[in-house]
Amino acid sequence: MSEEKWRRVDGRAWNELRPIKIESGVLPNADGSAYIEMGRNKIIVAVYGPREMHPKHLAKPDMAVLRCRYHMSPFSTHPRRSPGPSRRDTEIGMVMRYALEPAIFLERFPRASIDVYAEVLQADGGTRCASITAAAVALVDAGIPMRDLVAACAAGKIEGHIILDLNDHEDKYGEADVPVAYMPRLNKVTLLQMDGVLSPDELRRCIELAIEGCQHIYELQREALKRKYEEVVEEVKEGE
Amino acid sequence: MSRLSIIPKLKRRKILDAIASGRRMDGRGPEEYREISVRRGVVEKAEGSAEARIGDTWVVAGVKIEIGEPFEDTPDEGILVCSADFAPVASPTFEPGPPDEASIELARVVDRGIRSSDALGLKDLCLIPGRKVYVIYIDLCILNHAGNLLDAASLAAVAALMGAKKPIYEVRDGEVYPTGEVEPLKLRRLPIAVSMAKIGDVIVLDPTFDEEEVMDTRITVTVDEEGNVCAVQKSGPQGLSVEEIWKAIEIAVNKAPMLREKLEAAL
Amino acid sequence: MSAYFENRAIVVPGDILYEGRIRAGNNTYRMGGRVYATHVGLVEYGRGVVSVIALEAGYMPMVGDIVIGYVVDIDVGQWIVDINAPMNAILKVPDAMEVPFTPELVMTEFLDIGDTIVAKVVDLDRRRTPILSILGGELGKVDEGLIVEMTPSKVPRLIGKKGSMVSMILKETGCRLVIGENGRILIQCADREDEELIVSIIRKIEREAHTTGLTNRVHEYIMRMRGVKNE
Repeated sequence: MSEEKWRRVDGRAWNELRPIKIESGVLPNADGSAYIEMGRNKIIVAVYGPREMHPKHLAKPDMAVLRCRYHMSPFSTHPRRSPGPSRRDTEIGMVMRYALEPAIFLERFPRASIDVYAEVLQADGGTRCASITAAAVALVDAGIPMRDLVAACAAGKIEGHIILDLNDHEDKYGEADVPVAYMPRLNKVTLLQMDGVLSPDELRRCIELAIEGCQHIYELQREALKRKYEEVVEEVKEGE
Repeated sequence: MSRLSIIPKLKRRKILDAIASGRRMDGRGPEEYREISVRRGVVEKAEGSAEARIGDTWVVAGVKIEIGEPFEDTPDEGILVCSADFAPVASPTFEPGPPDEASIELARVVDRGIRSSDALGLKDLCLIPGRKVYVIYIDLCILNHAGNLLDAASLAAVAALMGAKKPIYEVRDGEVYPTGEVEPLKLRRLPIAVSMAKIGDVIVLDPTFDEEEVMDTRITVTVDEEGNVCAVQKSGPQGLSVEEIWKAIEIAVNKAPMLREKLEAAL
Repeated sequence: MSAYFENRAIVVPGDILYEGRIRAGNNTYRMGGRVYATHVGLVEYGRGVVSVIALEAGYMPMVGDIVIGYVVDIDVGQWIVDINAPMNAILKVPDAMEVPFTPELVMTEFLDIGDTIVAKVVDLDRRRTPILSILGGELGKVDEGLIVEMTPSKVPRLIGKKGSMVSMILKETGCRLVIGENGRILIQCADREDEELIVSIIRKIEREAHTTGLTNRVHEYIMRMRGVKNE
């Protein structure tokens, strides 16, 4: 079977991302926010801060503390999941923090906290990557100084084929899943996990493919961040 | 929105003066709602879902339907479980952690409106008495808290139930087997929660976050389509006179049809 | 040695603004031979400097800033004040009243939790905690008016070039404004309609901060709203 003819369970080509929609500034209360749909994933991310750290003893004297909380709504999966935090949620919160931290000028806000909250409304594989992508947009929307954006997506392997951006089915029944987060301008990988079995060469190809995906997602993040302002410019022009 | 846990006195006085003048901070009269919108089917993977927005308040409800064992005291009735999460995305004052009393109260008042009006007809949700019944989970996720979460949560919950589809099971030899088919969950009633705050001597409908910060007390009256009251919750430190309670019930009965129209028009 | 964008184009963090020798101005950083943006905003290529006018940015206290704060706590000899910054500010008794602190002093009689103040940032201590003063001129406790919050990085647009925007607004409305650099604006008007007009003007400026011809449009807006009112 040639790579061209082979089609995935949802009809995508091996190197094709799912449809992605990103919107910034969706939550009035948050300092910054973003909503992402990546395939059937639906995630909302809020950023609060930099603000006074509570409890105070967790504060660092020379920099802000980034705290990430990842949470899945009970109705986001089938079957229903328990509303309390799982071990998986805790780990994803941590890897989100590591993925985002290098992009933020944390040293400018000693003793403060920056809180990133991701709420998964619907999960369909790749929620950690979609959460990181949305979180980067929300951080910019919050006015937090950043070195770069962080874009994230996974690559993996199913039925012997290397593929980009696994959906839930491919994640469950595939041979491997490699989520990657990437700072496109600074050319740094900030999240790398792997689950499954791959040869070193296949792993290399997955990482390269995921980075290509991140580069595409990065363009969508930039568009999302600018859209809010460009719409107002258009509106003002029309009014004149 | 301010990140403060206290409301500045200057702001408090502004809010009180505005209410006393008959024109609230956002320009509304005492018995006016903010703009309301309800949309169904926002989470396709759930058996039912909806979002409700009242002004900047934004709540998503998801319905999941499973099979479980009935409670011993109601062996021939389905089970309704309603819970709420005040997600920290929704407000600078919300912290991650187990549900606090406010989120439990919210879920329980929404639950009572649906249960007391027997909106679901729990007796119709029994497959094998004493052994297998449908369990209907309603989960409420608060995305933005700008006051009056209760009415928004109640709208979202009922809208999610209206569009929900339950899997059909075949009962054979004392066991249940999924058929792979689904059918709409029948709703017999559309209970509507109407919340009011007592601020000074005035009863105001649909309080904002700031108004809730200065209110003396709150009262929620849930009404069915025949104008019967199917849940009441008085919540907050100060008391209400009997006249104020009559007035609140009257306002709720008058306002509920408008909210029900929003529900019925929701796609 | 080249610019990567047109002047006043919208940029996002990580965008390369310039390659070559140039000073990295506000909301930018230099790495290697390049200058990058740190905020979403409008890029400005000036003489020998490139900077970004941030469209989203929080408030970072600087000495000399006028800020509007809320008293959130009281410590021995000092009030803790929220000034919409990453850290709370401190107002010490000698910077609030011209008497020294004594244990007999009942601080709440002078300023209590929940009070609103107009203050000046007079110092940043070793831990970069902002130190406030309310001694002098227009500073002190606020007893009247409405506070509105706006994105702190857009406050210069409300002020306008050499104060052109704010003076036009004051002239047309007759209200009094105290503009806190921390994004809090105190509005004092004779009646509620004017107060609400000012709020809507601030919302308009905030929304359209990145467009040109804003002062004229705000002026037209005031005229139009006044017309509606007089009809």
